[in-house]
Amino acid sequence: MRAIEAEGLRKVFGRVVALDGVSFTVEEGEVFGLLGPNGAGKTTTISILTTLIRPTSGSARVWGYDVRTETSKVRSVIGLVPQDLTVDDELTGLENLRLMAALYHVPKDVAERRIEEVLELVDLKEAAGRRVETYSGGMRKRLELAAALVHRPKVLFLDEPTLGLDVQTRAHIWDYIRRLVREEQLTVLMTTHYMDEADANCDRIAVIDRGRIMAIGTPRELKVKHGSDVIELEVQGDGFDLQNLVKGVEGVTDVRVSGNRISVRVVRGEEVLPELMRRMISSGLSVSRIEMRRPTLDEVFIALTGRSIREEQGSWEEVFRQSMNVRRVRA
Amino acid sequence: MGEVSAIMGRELRKWVRSPPLLVMALVQPLFWMGLYGKAFNLTGLFSVPEDVLRTLPPESTKVVAELFNSMAVRLFGSPGTDYFSFVAIGMTSVIVLFVSVFSGMSIAWDRRLGFLNKLLVAPIRRSSIVMGKVLASSVRAFIQSSMVLLMGLALGMKLSPASPLLVAGALASIFLLAISLSSLVIAITLRLRSWEYHMAVANLLNLPLMFTSTALYPLNLMPDWMRPLATINPLTHTIELLRGALLYGNSLDIAAYQFHLAYLAAFALLAAGLGSYLANRYLTAER
Repeated sequence: MRAIEAEGLRKVFGRVVALDGVSFTVEEGEVFGLLGPNGAGKTTTISILTTLIRPTSGSARVWGYDVRTETSKVRSVIGLVPQDLTVDDELTGLENLRLMAALYHVPKDVAERRIEEVLELVDLKEAAGRRVETYSGGMRKRLELAAALVHRPKVLFLDEPTLGLDVQTRAHIWDYIRRLVREEQLTVLMTTHYMDEADANCDRIAVIDRGRIMAIGTPRELKVKHGSDVIELEVQGDGFDLQNLVKGVEGVTDVRVSGNRISVRVVRGEEVLPELMRRMISSGLSVSRIEMRRPTLDEVFIALTGRSIREEQGSWEEVFRQSMNVRRVRA
Repeated sequence: MGEVSAIMGRELRKWVRSPPLLVMALVQPLFWMGLYGKAFNLTGLFSVPEDVLRTLPPESTKVVAELFNSMAVRLFGSPGTDYFSFVAIGMTSVIVLFVSVFSGMSIAWDRRLGFLNKLLVAPIRRSSIVMGKVLASSVRAFIQSSMVLLMGLALGMKLSPASPLLVAGALASIFLLAISLSSLVIAITLRLRSWEYHMAVANLLNLPLMFTSTALYPLNLMPDWMRPLATINPLTHTIELLRGALLYGNSLDIAAYQFHLAYLAAFALLAAGLGSYLANRYLTAER
C-alpha cells in the first residue's frame, strides 16, 4: 500500500502561492525527504498532509484516508514532530507523554507500558519526572519524538527535526530517528534544508522549490542525473594538448585545464577514470595525482534550481524561529 | 470525555504550579471589598445617628426606624445587611468575571508556541479543546471565588445563611456563571492571535459587566435604562443567588431563587453550546 499519495496539491495564502501543484507518493516503510530552502513549501505540504490546513485544490491520502474528508482517521494514524519545540515546559516529560496518550485515546494500562517503551527508545527514562523547562534542546527534541510515537502511528511527519540544534546534537538526534524508524517500522516524511541529512537518511528525496517539485529520486539517482562526478588529475610533462586528449572520451561533459592540472566533469566517474588513465599513459604522460569527487546534493540543488540552498538561509522567518527556540531552551 | 479532562488537567496543572497568578488575581477583589466596601458605607446612610435619635420625640423614633428599615430592605434585601457584606458577595461573583475574561488567552499562547497544532493533529473534537479550557477556567474561577468569599468572612461579612441545600445551590451557581462567561469569552476570542487583543477584550468586558451587575449597588438604585442590562447580565443572577442564600437568611424569596438558578443553567448551556459550535467550525491552524 502507498503510505502517502499527494496529487496536484495547491495552496494559496492570500496572494502568495505556497504550493503550486505538488504530487508525489511515499511507499510503506520508506523514509522520504522533502528537500528545499525556507519558503519552498515544505511545511505547507506537511500541514496539509497532517490535516492542519486544507489544500486550495488537489487531493491527498495518508494511509489510504483522504486528508480532506477523513480527517479523524488520518489523525489517528499519524504522528507529527513539528518544527518548533512544542512540548509543554511547565509539565514533566512523563506528564507530556500521558497527555498525548489521552489525546489519542490510548487506554491507561496500555499507555503506561507504551510510555515506558518510548522513554527507553529516546533515553529519557531518568529525566521523565523532571519538568521540561530543565531539559536541554536535544532532550526536548527527543521528548518531542517520543510524544509523537505514544499512539503507535503508522506515518511519522518530521518537520525540520534538527533545526536550531548544534551539530553534535543534530547527529545525535539522527541516531535516535534511525533507531525509531527501524524499531517501530515507520513510514517517515521529513523535511530538511540540510543536504547532508537528506543524503544520509532518506530512501528517496523530492527536491522542492517555490512550491513545485523539481525532481524525485533516490539520493544516488538524483546525483547521477543532476550532478556529475569531477575527476582532477595532475600530470608531469610538457607540450601535450590535454584538452584534445580527454575530449573524445565517452561520458566527459566538460574539461578545464590550468597548467599541468586538469579537471574533468564526467557522468560515470568510475567508468571514465580507467579510460582516462589508459590514454594518459599511452601518450607518455605521467600522472602524479588523481582525485575523484562524487556529486553532492548541493550540486543537484544548484543544477535543478540555479541557486544554492544556502542563499536562502538567514531569512527573517528562520532567524525568528531559531531565536524562539533558543529562548525556550534558555528559559 | 477523556480528551476534555486531559486538556483540563493540563491547564490546571500549569495553574497550580504558578502560585503568584493565584495570589495576584485576588488583589483586585480585595481592594474593591476591603477599601471601597469598607469606606463607602452606603447602608450607614440609613441608620440614624444616636445624638439625632435622642433629640426626637420617642413616638416618632419608631416611625423613623421603620421607615429606614423598609428603605434598607427595598434596596439591600434585608434590614440587617450592611454594605460591606453586600459588596463582598458582589466581589465573590466579580472575581469569576475577572478570571473568565482570560479564558481564551491560553489558546492564543498555545497557538503561538505551536502547542495548538499538537492538539489539532490529534483525533479529538475541536470542541473538546475549547471545553477543556472552559472547564479549567471555571474550576479556577470557582476556587478563586471561594477564596474571595473566605476573605470577605475574615473581614467581617455578616452571614445569615438559608438552608444548606440553598447555600449549595448558590455556590453551584458560581460554577455555572464561570462556564457561561468563559465560554462566551472563548467564543469571542477564538481567532485572535496575540495576547494584546485578549487583554483588550478583557478590559472591554470587565468594567461594563461589573457595573451593569448588582455587584456594587442594588437593582432598585439603577436608572431605568440600566435595569434591563443588569437583568440579562448573568453576574446579577449569581450575585442575587449568593446574597439570598448567604445574607438574607429566612427572608429569601424561593421563587426568585429558582428563577435565577434556572436562568444561569440555561445561560451556561447556551454559551457552552455556542463555544463548542464555533470551535468545531473555526478552531483551525489556518492563517
